[in-house]
Amino acid sequence: MAKSICLYFQVHQPTRLRLYRFFDIGKDSHYYDDFQNRTILKRIAQKCYLPMNELLLKAIKAYKGEFKVAFSISGSALEQFERYAPEVLDSFKALADTGCVEFLCETYYHSLAAVASGSEFQFQVQKHKEAIEHYFGQTPVSFRNTELIYSDAIGRQVYELGFKTMLTEGARHIMGWRSPNYVYNNDLVEGQKLLLRNYSLSDDIAFRFGDRNWAGWPLTAEKFKSWVSAAEGDYVGLFMDYETFGEHTDKASGIFDFMAALPGEILKDGKIRFLTPKEVAAEFKSVGDLSVPNAISWADEERDLTAWLGNDLQNEAFNKLYSLREKLSLLDNPVLWADYGHLSESDHLYYMCTKFFTDGDMHKYFNPYASPYEAFINYMNVLSDFIIRVNDAIAVK
Amino acid sequence: MRVLMFGWEFPPHIAGGLGTACKGIVEGLAHNGVETLFVMPSASGDEDESCTKIINASDVAVAHVSETVDEFLDKVKFIHVDSSLVPYVDPDEYFEAIEKMKAEHTLETTIGFGQKFKFSGKYGANLMEEVSRYAQVGGTIAMQHKDEFDVIHAHDWLTYLAGIAAKELTGKPLVVHVHATSYDRGSEDMIDTRVLAIEKRGMQAADKVVAVSELTRNIVINKYGIDPSKVVAVHNAVDFSGRENLSVERGVKDKVVTFLGRITFQKGPEYFIDAAAKVLKRTKNVRFVMAGSGDMMNRAIRQVAKLGIADRFHFTGFLRGTDVQKMFALSDVYIMPSVSEPFGISPLEAMRSNVPSIISYQSGAAEILKYAFKVDFWDVDAMADDIYALLQYPALSEFAAKQGLDEVNALKWDHATAKLKDIYEQLIK
Repeated sequence: MAKSICLYFQVHQPTRLRLYRFFDIGKDSHYYDDFQNRTILKRIAQKCYLPMNELLLKAIKAYKGEFKVAFSISGSALEQFERYAPEVLDSFKALADTGCVEFLCETYYHSLAAVASGSEFQFQVQKHKEAIEHYFGQTPVSFRNTELIYSDAIGRQVYELGFKTMLTEGARHIMGWRSPNYVYNNDLVEGQKLLLRNYSLSDDIAFRFGDRNWAGWPLTAEKFKSWVSAAEGDYVGLFMDYETFGEHTDKASGIFDFMAALPGEILKDGKIRFLTPKEVAAEFKSVGDLSVPNAISWADEERDLTAWLGNDLQNEAFNKLYSLREKLSLLDNPVLWADYGHLSESDHLYYMCTKFFTDGDMHKYFNPYASPYEAFINYMNVLSDFIIRVNDAIAVK
Repeated sequence: MRVLMFGWEFPPHIAGGLGTACKGIVEGLAHNGVETLFVMPSASGDEDESCTKIINASDVAVAHVSETVDEFLDKVKFIHVDSSLVPYVDPDEYFEAIEKMKAEHTLETTIGFGQKFKFSGKYGANLMEEVSRYAQVGGTIAMQHKDEFDVIHAHDWLTYLAGIAAKELTGKPLVVHVHATSYDRGSEDMIDTRVLAIEKRGMQAADKVVAVSELTRNIVINKYGIDPSKVVAVHNAVDFSGRENLSVERGVKDKVVTFLGRITFQKGPEYFIDAAAKVLKRTKNVRFVMAGSGDMMNRAIRQVAKLGIADRFHFTGFLRGTDVQKMFALSDVYIMPSVSEPFGISPLEAMRSNVPSIISYQSGAAEILKYAFKVDFWDVDAMADDIYALLQYPALSEFAAKQGLDEVNALKWDHATAKLKDIYEQLIK
């Protein structure tokens, strides 16, 4: 039976773009829909971040160091907290102060830099690391890439940036007969440990919890514990979006009550422990190499990159953005760098996804645009203005 | 000379170009000494009646008419259409009409004889019913005003049945005016056969068919099988009086090449995109804009992305009101690569805004515009050449802009309507 549970929550909010028309190009370089971003953030803060942080803080205090969780909070989300809801930031700091919360490192802008540009990736990882140190007073040692995107090569890049532990998806097509409930290591770098998401048990909470047609409904802490106990392996990686609680799954479903009951239920007979990613990596040995030549992610049925780079529109936007990187590196204009970062948020590409039919519901839920085409047009208009600014700045230089 | 004219709309409340053309025609006819009674389904009362008397069909109760006409009307009366199969006047006008429809609910009513019918005068889901009602009321109006006109003139298929009814009842000659045909609206396998049947019927019943260009005249002859001796081309004009050119501050330093219109098969958007890609291979200081929307828009976006030119090729979506003028003011070259265009008023508007235009030979406008650049719609190399030349050689673009402006200013409805007057005179001889 599994000896431990590794809980990690992803916190991210995209910097949504305003309606940016052709007529604005060259005239107006404010790209963001501040009103929408603020409104959405404040809503989610009330429905999810604040009540959930309070719940976790209570549990951590109640179980005196036995209950632990990990967070990864994107830089884009941190910026929005600071601007629109500083009380959320304070509540995360309070969690950090308990010593029972590990903060992971990722790309600051929740970007696809890992598959685009080594130098941009390094820049964003470093920037995020510094942000975590600044806000939470701890230096992150475990890494999660945007949307758990991973390949052997990405893992090596991450290792070279100093992270010996990395989280990714226990995708069925790479695991085959193997269980995700063990620690594996990078096929190219033996020293890098991989922690895998148990998608089945994770999605029981993240996607199926409120589904009354699901055979497992209603999910209780006792029932969930019995499933964890029945699982083989060293740990169960429960990795999910933090917005699951109260936002994706409504409070009325009882998901908060479930989460409040879970730590006590799990800990009560002392057989299962909670561990953070770095503790899992320290405690368990790798059971073998995991070969992932092509990138995987935690998204959609395919568990690959096609949600972001699956059609011509996305490839064009992606290529145009990253082809600017070299020019930008000649400039030390912080405003341009910040805009570039926000334009690199993977969400912009996600909105251009045309996979309507299988995972369409999920895509629609997260999408402020009526169609992928509108998303593309708007993004390219913004990018065109940005390109002009970069070229102008270089001309001045 | 007096004319009973059936239209569908009249400024200021218009969904497309038909109303504007009708206004130009009645004004031009007035200048030529021809009086018109202009019938429309739904007048608002604020139409400019300085050159014509407007008859609002919604104010007229249907009277019993002769048996033969009743029978004819019975046949066309209750053809209901699915909202997804709405026929329309012109592809350009369709989108705007649908947009307006969403804003204003039109009431569906039924009437019997002796009652008035409140027309929406729009291009809605009950368009077919309105068209047949309009024929009923049109007949009544013709009888009521029997002694006040010499000729009947009906604009586009929406009014043909009314024109036929008026002719049957009064025995006066009928002119039908073809502003667009079903063949310009959709590819041949997508044509609405009910519209086609009405068009054909109108053309057959008419004593004279006026087409807005030689191109349209040929379609009328070849596709509808109408006797060539009965079909005459009278080119449209355009009235720019009282319109100031906008001055707009430019955001981008690059030159701008613009396509403005519905993004549909007929407008040839893909040829414009291919030409743009060719131009961008040679010069970087240019941007391309596709303004408008339509059923080929998504395909166009994919094509642009695939060619890797999306940072230089922009889409604006559907433009309203002054945004159209603004777009012209921002443009250095205008392009209309239409595969099939009965006339095409937009290059005239561009030239009026001092923008040199490239148009396809497959447009009616190409028959009269000497100073527009002309290419075959499929000839993307020629298109790219012309765009490049207009961007690179200021002498050429300045010349084309100046001559083009003079040329469109010289197009007058007075000239076009003088031809209409000749036609009327021949008919009542």
